[in-house]
Amino acid sequence: MAKQPEKKKDDVETTGHSWDGIEEYNNPLPKWWVWVFYATIIWGIGYTIAYPAWPGINQATSGLLNWSTRANVADEIETVAERNAPKNTALEEVELASFVEDTDSELYAYARSSGAAIYQTWCAQCHGSGAAGAKGYPNLQDDAWLWGGTIEDIHTTIRVGVRNPETDEDYARVSEMPAFGADGLLEEEQVEQVVNYVMSMSGEPKDASLVEAGEEVYLDNCAACHRDNGGGDPFVGAPNLADAIWLYGGDYETIRETVWNSRYGNMPQWQDRLSEAEIRAVATYVHQLGGGE
Amino acid sequence: MAILEKHKVLEKNVTLLAIFAFLVVTIGGIVQIAPLFWLENTIEDVEGMRPYTPLELAGRDIYVREGCYVCHSQMIRPMRDEVERYGHYSLAAESKYDHPFQWGSKRTGPDLARVGGRYSDDWHVDHFSNPQSVVPESVMPKYSFLGRTPIDGEYIADSLRTHRFVGVPYSDEMIENARADFTAQADPDSDFDGLLERYGEKVNVRNFDGAPGITEMDALIAYMQMLGTLVDFSTFEHSGTR
Repeated sequence: MAKQPEKKKDDVETTGHSWDGIEEYNNPLPKWWVWVFYATIIWGIGYTIAYPAWPGINQATSGLLNWSTRANVADEIETVAERNAPKNTALEEVELASFVEDTDSELYAYARSSGAAIYQTWCAQCHGSGAAGAKGYPNLQDDAWLWGGTIEDIHTTIRVGVRNPETDEDYARVSEMPAFGADGLLEEEQVEQVVNYVMSMSGEPKDASLVEAGEEVYLDNCAACHRDNGGGDPFVGAPNLADAIWLYGGDYETIRETVWNSRYGNMPQWQDRLSEAEIRAVATYVHQLGGGE
Repeated sequence: MAILEKHKVLEKNVTLLAIFAFLVVTIGGIVQIAPLFWLENTIEDVEGMRPYTPLELAGRDIYVREGCYVCHSQMIRPMRDEVERYGHYSLAAESKYDHPFQWGSKRTGPDLARVGGRYSDDWHVDHFSNPQSVVPESVMPKYSFLGRTPIDGEYIADSLRTHRFVGVPYSDEMIENARADFTAQADPDSDFDGLLERYGEKVNVRNFDGAPGITEMDALIAYMQMLGTLVDFSTFEHSGTR
């Protein structure tokens, strides 16, 4: 058994509790702690008066400060919108073609940097954070454009998206290549020939002996949109086939798949989600990435 | 200080202690939770909310099964940065048919509360199959098996019935036609008039994954593409103490 410590005179009192001879000192909480504790209770009461808190019959008390998260966020958005309003109004009214010529103007710098932010938020998921695209999603850095690379063309594409035929105007970006194989427009053999011909336009065909026959198939079936020389036609969204730039891939299998089943890539339209100024800003950003015409 | 002396009784009797502790916690619970059931502004009155279609509900089940909520929230908070990135802040009304809700508490990936219509169906197929093919910096796992896993909606009517049990207003007609609606929504060549009649004209009817047959990919994309698109915000006004 441990020896009981001897009790000194100046020791604190005990609580009087005693279990098996063990006594408990009575050490009250420090005064400063107790007062802070009382202060928090008073603060708590004040808080429920100042801020929304107590439930009533129909709604909770709104508090003396009339504080509201939803009103705050609306105010904040409005403050920023007001601050940018002169620039955005100017951007909405500017004539785009001449606007992108003058890259030193203050408004252009504004459009480019706010466009970059909009791009990273809404466009990067498909076109890549560096705008280099991916399989099925066009590279925006190069000068190959499906629907045209002028600032007006880019602006329209962003506004109505691609293949979103909801209003008449949206048909500016609707095209449909027939599924030549799946719909039975071409024989298996003809598809093989035309794929080889298409490959020969920008490089080596898989089977050179089929190229000549393929040219005939091409001129009869494909040239109306993709042009005799394979240069494509941005008015109908027909890609250039002779520039060795491929959206889905330039190997035999992939091109055959494209001819056989067609492709129907889709881009959402942004006119419902972004303001006109925002669309113009992001169009400006995309235009200056390297390929703008 | 007679009442403080009485405290001894509680300290020495564990049953009594449990009963009183329960009472104290109950008061806290009542003050915090009970008013939500009668206050009028707990759930906003908004236009456009409807229960999930059978295909969307199946997609939602897959979302829950795969634990998407572990990395993705479905709650846009009322802050300017979130509103500008994701769209209008989420309303309580928008998850009133969610059992359980998918608000989430962590964002390794982006918030999905308004992902509907933001990307094309093709993008979703590419992205679910191999996220890095479209977003190289992504850390999301690959879900290509969804496109190889057919589903037939065999138990979808039961699922609707269960949701009705917890308060989602599915009508008898909806439950009766659950399986037909399930199939119709993934096939644009089907007779889907009944589906639109029951769930509204805005329901997306498409072959979501672009491949024949109905797979889990179809269901999940159907769910993705309607997220956050139901409420008509042109008629919404924030009010009161929120």
